[in-house]
Amino acid sequence: MVLLGTPNPESSRLVALTLTEGDPTWAGPLAGVRLELPVFHITEESIKAQVPPEVYEAQVGLAEAVLDTRAIRETLEDVRARAGAGAKEETA
Amino acid sequence: MARRVVVRGARTFLAHAPGLVRYGSKPARDLARHEDLWPALAARLRPFAAAAAYPPHRVFLGALHPDDLARIPRPWFGVERAPAGAPDDARGPHGYLVPEEALYGLMKADDEFDLLWLTESFAAQARARLSLHPLAEPADVERVGQGKPERAIAARLGEPGALPLFLRDGRLVGCMQRAHEEDPSLAADVLLENLATKTTAGMALRTLVADGLAEPATVEYVLNAGEEAVGDRYQRGGGNLGKAVAERAGCLDASGADVKAFCCGPVAALVVAGALVAAGVFDRVAVVAGASLAKLGMKYHGHLATGHPVIEDVLAGIAALVTRDDGRSPVLRLDAVGRHPVAAAGSQQAILEALAVKPLEGLGLRLGDVDKFATELHNPEATEPAGSGDVPRLNYRMLAALAAGRKEIARDEIEAWVAARGMPGFAPTQGHIASAVPFLAHAVDGLVARRLRRVMLLAKGSLFLGRMTQMSDGLSLLLEANEG
Repeated sequence: MVLLGTPNPESSRLVALTLTEGDPTWAGPLAGVRLELPVFHITEESIKAQVPPEVYEAQVGLAEAVLDTRAIRETLEDVRARAGAGAKEETA
Repeated sequence: MARRVVVRGARTFLAHAPGLVRYGSKPARDLARHEDLWPALAARLRPFAAAAAYPPHRVFLGALHPDDLARIPRPWFGVERAPAGAPDDARGPHGYLVPEEALYGLMKADDEFDLLWLTESFAAQARARLSLHPLAEPADVERVGQGKPERAIAARLGEPGALPLFLRDGRLVGCMQRAHEEDPSLAADVLLENLATKTTAGMALRTLVADGLAEPATVEYVLNAGEEAVGDRYQRGGGNLGKAVAERAGCLDASGADVKAFCCGPVAALVVAGALVAAGVFDRVAVVAGASLAKLGMKYHGHLATGHPVIEDVLAGIAALVTRDDGRSPVLRLDAVGRHPVAAAGSQQAILEALAVKPLEGLGLRLGDVDKFATELHNPEATEPAGSGDVPRLNYRMLAALAAGRKEIARDEIEAWVAARGMPGFAPTQGHIASAVPFLAHAVDGLVARRLRRVMLLAKGSLFLGRMTQMSDGLSLLLEANEG
């Protein structure tokens, strides 16, 4: 599993797609490589709940306060759904 | 008691370098693998007029204030014409932008070992171009020389170790040679990078001199703060480009040294310069930083994918002079230098608290007592298409959130705080060049005119990139209007 600390939905999508379907820009060595790794952002509730609150506040609190966490979460949910669909197609 | 220290002035320099984009690290690596990539990349290289009209460049050169840029709708690259009356050699109040023909001429004039060869026809063109430039002395034009026969250059390019040099339109104008057959530190690409750094740093310092902000004969020390590695195989990165720049800027009584701290370099050098003057070691210390050729075209892939021109097509330099108190220039508050200590946590929050909050607290001040913060000022039009986001905007929002967390402002005042005390990114993504110091000349203007009372320069450095530590770093300094 890969945990992201990306600053916006666009960069989250770029990295997440690279780690699932392969580099969408076809720029790097992961172009065309389907790693299909589960990708989450540090600000997603399911991740945040696993971090001691005082550690989370000290390390991530300020960034979380200014990031568009909802859009980032929706972006990653979309990428995970795509990856899941792709995985099903391949096994079907 | 330590003497008060001021920043007398700062100047900037830009060289349009579309022909050198192919030697940026990322394009060079990609082109080595896929030569057929070049036409698509070349088609997106901007002409000089577009680079001169580009609003972020005009801010870098002082023709626009960063606050003006915030009011210009994106995409900024859509502005392809300079306002009527703008000269060809775009000059802003803080510095010049020169075309690539002049850049090659200046680099040849700076080439002490005859390693850069220009063709005879281009040398004539470069001399003509340079002779029109207000900063070029007749001696510079003479140093360009007559050039070499094209067959001599073709012969060099037929041997290993020489790099062909081109203009934006693909015309071959010369070559850069290696200085040693077996020394990777003196390979042609390394020397080209170092020479570009020397020229851009030197031109920024010469602009400072030409504008009457520094008297070359009285400068005693030149601190270079760039990220280049000048040296040979036994002392890679041996350095002291500072003295090389002093020589070319006519600072004949000066010596120099380099201050290295990744992107924090220029702010670190300003602190060191201030300390040298405060302690009475020297009275006038210049701080210079030159271009990072390796970062040309760094994010070109994102630019091609999103219909942008190749935004990273300029080389940049910066120079400033630190002196004893003159009763007028902005005071460098050496009692409020913020540092990120080894023991501090590496989170953005911890870094900002160490750099911004702590030094201000020491003076009994709050974040709101600073009129403008200059952080990493990368042009978002360069970084966003590559997925790196708007770096300065994120920094400012975090600073504002810090102010909100400290009850200085309400949560719903964050946007207004960012607009008032921050600024849009406008600097070329040239590493240390983009880190706080592009605002320095604007800061001096504003502080002298009393439009601003306090400005904080806040730099962060990615030390981990060199693999010697996992740590980041940061350094900040406070400038204050001189109350006499």
